[in-house]
Amino acid sequence: MSQLLIICGYLALLLLLGLFASRLFRGTTQDYMLASHSIGPFLLLMSIFGTTMTAFALVGSTGESFKQGAGVYGMLASSSGIIHSLCFFVLGVKLWKLGRRNGYTTQIQFFRDRLDSDKIGLLLFPVLVGLVIPYLLIGVMASGTVINKVTAGIVVPATGELKDATFSEGTFPEFLEQGTNGFTGEDGSRGGVPKQVASLAICLVVLTYVFFGGMRGTAWANAFQTIVFMILGVITFVVLAEKIGNQGSLLANLREIAAHVPKEKLTRDHVFKLQFFTYMLIPLSVGMFPHLFQHWLTAKSASSFKLPVVAHPLFIMIVWAPCVLIGLWATSDLVNVPPPIAANQNAILPWMVRKFSSPELAGLLTAGVLAAIMSSLDSQFLCLGTMFTEDVAVHYLGKDRLSDRQVVLLARGFIVAIVALTYLFSLAEPRGVFTLGVWCFSGFSSLFPLVFAALYWPRLTKAGAYASVIAAISSWIYLFRDSGYAAEETYTVTFNLGGAEYHVMPVALMFAASATTLIVVSLATKPPGEATLRRFFPDRFA
Amino acid sequence: MSKFVWVLVVALIVLHQDNWFWSDTRLVFGFVPVALLYHMGISTGAAITWFLATKFCWPLDDARPAASPGG
Repeated sequence: MSQLLIICGYLALLLLLGLFASRLFRGTTQDYMLASHSIGPFLLLMSIFGTTMTAFALVGSTGESFKQGAGVYGMLASSSGIIHSLCFFVLGVKLWKLGRRNGYTTQIQFFRDRLDSDKIGLLLFPVLVGLVIPYLLIGVMASGTVINKVTAGIVVPATGELKDATFSEGTFPEFLEQGTNGFTGEDGSRGGVPKQVASLAICLVVLTYVFFGGMRGTAWANAFQTIVFMILGVITFVVLAEKIGNQGSLLANLREIAAHVPKEKLTRDHVFKLQFFTYMLIPLSVGMFPHLFQHWLTAKSASSFKLPVVAHPLFIMIVWAPCVLIGLWATSDLVNVPPPIAANQNAILPWMVRKFSSPELAGLLTAGVLAAIMSSLDSQFLCLGTMFTEDVAVHYLGKDRLSDRQVVLLARGFIVAIVALTYLFSLAEPRGVFTLGVWCFSGFSSLFPLVFAALYWPRLTKAGAYASVIAAISSWIYLFRDSGYAAEETYTVTFNLGGAEYHVMPVALMFAASATTLIVVSLATKPPGEATLRRFFPDRFA
Repeated sequence: MSKFVWVLVVALIVLHQDNWFWSDTRLVFGFVPVALLYHMGISTGAAITWFLATKFCWPLDDARPAASPGG
């Protein structure tokens, strides 16, 4: 019960912060969607970092390191430290400048102007929304699962009896409690908060502070939640080291546990070298995340970007390094992960916390995981609401026909609808949604050549952009189908050269198809007009 | 100086793809695998490189552009 009280306390604290932020709301569209371009360096760093780090940073990193060893830090974390900051520096600052000058709120507004094409919105809008929706579903479903697992009882294998459950059978309606194998079955609620109820609570909390506070409320909530999950990650690391190591000091504990980790888990031998290299393309996805674009535009000045650019790699290290080490510890004979838990790598961290620490720490860690999930969900809900408002409603109805107050009302209506739809989708528990994460990122990465060329290559044409998006999505669909619709979790594209076998990430082929098509078609078609070139490249075409 | 910073960025990406510690099983300080510590060094190197980039290659002056779409 104490875990549930801590989770409820955390959510209440978040609601209070959201209500406080909503008192600062100035009532304008600019303030609701972009916080009136008033976000300074610290808040920008925390909100961008919180948005890019999902539950995968805590739970997924531990599970991946348990499965693949220490190499996952290089493959997923240090590569992101280089590439994310590169995107903030090379794309973010420039898009912020153009956004301020031309009054953009969404990516599609920028592409419509840069390509001098209204219809690019009709192609890009469904692609961007289609790639964000599974990402949202992962967050909503993960939050329900995490709360259920931490509040559920433990089934004693010998007797089948349920121990330490938060609720007795019959507390919730039968359809929420009973799985295919009853109350204590693998998909039953086992006396915890049913997943559907937990997901609904998370959706309502996020909806409340996004609805009332808009971007300003989201930025404040993100900053708070980022601090929460960074601190709790480190606390979990220290407590687990003490409980597993059982020695006198932290250093002695760390050495004791490390001595029991299998040698092969200390290396990167579990990762193909070309796979490791091509994995570096996946962090390029941040260059095309619509929710990150919106955060970039909230910056007060260009210099607000300096702190996020520098601190982002260090923040990734603070979150990831302890979690990767915890994943390695789970492979040691001091921990002995049971086979059902080992088969589901995302269950490793919650299981270790439950086994080796107090219910209070388990509750706090759950709050940390929820913080990581919600600090991404809020930005995505707000961003989709903004896109439906600005790119569809306002664009096709006409800006002059709507007052500022009506646009804010419209945005709030869209946000409520998106939260409701996402929650309803999550109830269907789409198969394999958790394996879709890397595919969503790959889709966004394959659109990176488009945004890079739009900013740095005057010769990019409307036809080149259309061809690039179509090539990116066609190759995505082909490879997604080839992977058995993400059923094959470790899917790579394999080819033979000179008798040797090479494995590359599918994103490499999508990226190559998108970039090649963009260049070839642009060079084969008529260059953009003088007015467009003067507007977007004033230094070169003044 | 700005060219030097971009050379650093490329060097960082090349170093990220190292082969030296790929199969190294040693533990530094008795608890950190070499493969992990090496890449924590890459993360720190990235922060230093981006700090230099913000100092010497900043693409904009810090003045706010005059504020305020559809093709």
